[in-house]
Amino acid sequence: MTPDLQLQPRAKGLTRRQRRRLSQGAQYAVFLAAVIAFAVTADWGRLKNQFAQWSIAKQMFPDVITLALKNTVLYTLSGFVFGLVLGMVVALMRLSSVGPYRWLAGIYIEIFRGLPALLIFIFVGVAVPLAFPGTEIVGGTYGKVALALGLVSAAYMAETIRAGIQAVPKGQLEAARSLGFSQARAMLSIIIPQAFRIILPPLTNELVLLFKDSSLVLFLGVTLEERELSKYGRDLASTTANSTPILVAGLCYLLVTIPLSFVVRRMETKTGEAIR
Amino acid sequence: MSTSSTPPEIQVRDLHKSFGTNEVLRGIDLEIGQGEVVCVIGPSGSGKSTLLRCVNLLEEPTKGRVFVGGTEITDPDVDIDAVRRRIGMVFQQFNLFPHLSVTENLTLPQRRVLRRDKAEAAKVAVENLRRVGLSEKATAYPASLSGGQQQRVAIARALAMDPEVMLFDEPTSALDPELVGDVLAVMRMLANEGMTMMVVTHEMTFAREVADRVVFMDGGVIVEDGTPDRVITNPQHDRTRHFLSRLLDPAMAEVDDEGSAP
Repeated sequence: MTPDLQLQPRAKGLTRRQRRRLSQGAQYAVFLAAVIAFAVTADWGRLKNQFAQWSIAKQMFPDVITLALKNTVLYTLSGFVFGLVLGMVVALMRLSSVGPYRWLAGIYIEIFRGLPALLIFIFVGVAVPLAFPGTEIVGGTYGKVALALGLVSAAYMAETIRAGIQAVPKGQLEAARSLGFSQARAMLSIIIPQAFRIILPPLTNELVLLFKDSSLVLFLGVTLEERELSKYGRDLASTTANSTPILVAGLCYLLVTIPLSFVVRRMETKTGEAIR
Repeated sequence: MSTSSTPPEIQVRDLHKSFGTNEVLRGIDLEIGQGEVVCVIGPSGSGKSTLLRCVNLLEEPTKGRVFVGGTEITDPDVDIDAVRRRIGMVFQQFNLFPHLSVTENLTLPQRRVLRRDKAEAAKVAVENLRRVGLSEKATAYPASLSGGQQQRVAIARALAMDPEVMLFDEPTSALDPELVGDVLAVMRMLANEGMTMMVVTHEMTFAREVADRVVFMDGGVIVEDGTPDRVITNPQHDRTRHFLSRLLDPAMAEVDDEGSAP
């Protein structure tokens, strides 16, 4: 046991470089073995029958795009816009100097972040018509989805917006006030535009989440014309007794979410460069 | 102390300011006449920046009164936004709006606050960028400018609002040494044009050559107030002398024994 043991070549005469190569080779081998095992054991024939029937996939077009994807996008955007407006209000309440506003905003955020989106959809579908009998939510199903998705996303966006506003250096508000801007005008013209540049990536992430959550609309009960991707895929899957529509619907989601994620990554590198 | 016959542009009476239990200003009385250039000097923590920020109410005084152009800005009912329009402020960290181009930095406040129309705001912006020597940077964004250029844009932005008074809070302290001169040149030009200026600074050469009066602050009070000749060249108080010797020759400072500090 000499003290400089670490510097000596190890037993079996392997150098450090050889050992590194061996370890790396082992990792590739494990990966390859897993892929092969999966490929050999899975029953590809049955999978193909159940999920990749070209004839069934073909009859989904163009409805899957012109109806289902269109509705998914509409639901998502209406929920996002409503959530953004509400989230903005909640964020400003959270930053208010009036105590009750802050508490109310805090309670709202805690409740709606803590509940599953599914429960909110059921709540909007059942409780709102019960509580206000005779009133219809504006826009029918579209209005209900906007409300449910908006209520959920507003809680998340409020926290994001608040963080964005607080990330704008204090000197910006001071500079604006010293030029004669009122507090409200300084917020509107100087602080919020800068906050939105900071939070654009997390907001786009929220859009991706909403896009997926829009599938919960099926718990509201929708007409044929109001079906979105998940509901449409599921319905067709049961009428054709085949799961191909599910796969196609899934691909349609990815068609939108993957480019969006790409955009977010691009924005993140860009803001990273812009911030000094 | 002002030599001019017109009423003082800035008047501070028995001003106190505390942050919690920390009393930063302990009774300041100061008058600045129209067209006067007053440099406020003093060690860090002496309260000079707080005093400056009290003059446009970025800090709320704990006690005392401040008048600017005859209006009491410490009156709770004062329209503070209207008062601030008459007071230009230049910050140590420039505080340009990074999401706006240089020209937009100058035009947006004019349009939103003074309600000037597009053409007039643009005209005023061009004129003021020319004054600070940065006409060619009109379309640039703040991030692409050097510190000295950013500070000159910040001065132009304040000037575009046609202020009666300009406040400078250590305008050259965040600059690389070789960029200080351009900013001081712009300030000197303003002083020559007769602008009323209150400047918190460590630039003794500027204070000596440009200021009508120099105010030395320490421990939240004004220790000395007089012409640059009196305060800088021939200080009456030990504390002033000690501060100036440290500032003019920092390498010669000795480690203070406990309690022997000024």
